[in-house]
Amino acid sequence: METIQEVQEEIVEEFSMFEDWMQRYEYMIELGKSLPLIDAQYKTDDYIIKGCQSKVWVHADLEDDKLIFTADSDAIITKGIIAILIRAFSHQHPDAILEAGTEFIDKIGLKEHLSPTRANGLVSMIKQLKMYAIAFKTQLN
Amino acid sequence: MDVQKIRKDFPILAREVNGKPLVYFDNAATSQTPVQVIDTIVDYYKNYNANIHRGVHSLSQEATDAYEAARKKIQKHFNAAQLHEIIFTSGTTHSINVVSNGYAQLLKQGDELIVSALEHHSNIVPWQMLCEKTGAKLKVIPMNQEGVLLMDEYEKLLSDKTRLVFVDHVSNALGTVNPIETIIDKAHAVGAEVLIDGAQASPHIQADVQALDVDYYVTSAHKLCGPTGIGMLYGKESALNRLPPYQGGGEMIAEVTFEKTTYADLPHKFEAGTPNIAGGIAFGAALDYINNIGMDQIAAYEAELLNYATKALQKIPHLKVYGTAPQKTAVISFNVEGIHPYDIGSILDKLGIAVRTGHHCAQPIMDYYQIPGTVRASFSFYNTFEEIDSMVEALKKAIQMLQ
Repeated sequence: METIQEVQEEIVEEFSMFEDWMQRYEYMIELGKSLPLIDAQYKTDDYIIKGCQSKVWVHADLEDDKLIFTADSDAIITKGIIAILIRAFSHQHPDAILEAGTEFIDKIGLKEHLSPTRANGLVSMIKQLKMYAIAFKTQLN
Repeated sequence: MDVQKIRKDFPILAREVNGKPLVYFDNAATSQTPVQVIDTIVDYYKNYNANIHRGVHSLSQEATDAYEAARKKIQKHFNAAQLHEIIFTSGTTHSINVVSNGYAQLLKQGDELIVSALEHHSNIVPWQMLCEKTGAKLKVIPMNQEGVLLMDEYEKLLSDKTRLVFVDHVSNALGTVNPIETIIDKAHAVGAEVLIDGAQASPHIQADVQALDVDYYVTSAHKLCGPTGIGMLYGKESALNRLPPYQGGGEMIAEVTFEKTTYADLPHKFEAGTPNIAGGIAFGAALDYINNIGMDQIAAYEAELLNYATKALQKIPHLKVYGTAPQKTAVISFNVEGIHPYDIGSILDKLGIAVRTGHHCAQPIMDYYQIPGTVRASFSFYNTFEEIDSMVEALKKAIQMLQ
């Protein structure tokens, strides 16, 4: 299993291959389509991430000692963003998720190419994934 | 009207965004600023920056004269009967709050207020707060699918309990021009006052407050080529005299002892503290600029832009326009089936096109249509038909990517 660090480096490398932001958006839209979708029963207000302008739902399950994230959104670019985050943080131990940095977001230039409302949403998404890690960490101990 | 010549007055229109020429279609959020207005602000700070109404020195006198000259321009533009009926505020939201806060002391349990279903949040929230405070009731004029207010329903809401009706002249989300003349007349017939939010109308329609016989009319300078942070509260002299002051502070007092303070005369009663002096003067310059072009010319040209854009957009498959009132300003709110408005807005931005996406601070309207929001393109007299072509091309590209 790859570490979060390794996955993040992979993502940074992939994004560096594109010449302009239209291509990166196209790639994000592709990623959005491959997002591990949340089970319909969790697509409720309880699982909505606050602070996003489009709706985003995230759910986490524990498999052995690893967290598996699933999500969905009503906007496709937002789905792409959450797909990138899930790829970086899913199938990892809660401790690893909590320790992981988010510099890769800056490296791929995601934040400055998002509108201010979307950039806020991105911060809320990361916070939510880490909140899940905290919650499950207590469960593991 | 020479659009190419006008565009040269707006330095920002020459810039690029994401490597593409800027196409600015978010005019309903804020308009761009011509160099004549920018120069007015620079001139003030370079040459006669001083506090007003208080100083004995020359700079203060010059600043006071310029600020009061701007008030005079605003009075003339909106055809107010008296100069002191024009109150400077920080903008539309502030103006509304001045009235709603004053009303907090005038209302009693059982009184009723009427608002329209087309309102911006800034015209809903202050009144909800007011109703919570006073026990007054808030009633809503419903709208139909076209985004037109149902006047029959409005008449049913009116009664001798109605104290105040507040409606926007033009809806920010849909561009509907509301029949405010009728709304005002009917409200007056039951003895209620009327507050009209002119923020979206001011750049397109010249309101004559005396002809309208409106009690309060409010707007922001930044919607009509002026700077942000300055706006207007027009109130009939009799209405403003009845309304208790909003903030305490310097300038709004006539006499202060520890026992009692006597309020200053209008307009100073509502202008506590040092105002946005440069902003006020620039507000006047913005009106000069617009009147120089001519409100009629502006309205006619914008109607052509709206017509052209509506036709072009309606050719795009699965595109739905929200707000199809017969009377509209140059605003088009739309969605493309199966695509979130944010996604369209993001791609358009990458192609240099600035539109607004979201609920436009008018969630009740979005709830009515059961949509999360719309893409809103709003045009101004400095926009061109070629820019609309660029938007349509960019939109087609976005749809192709997002479907």
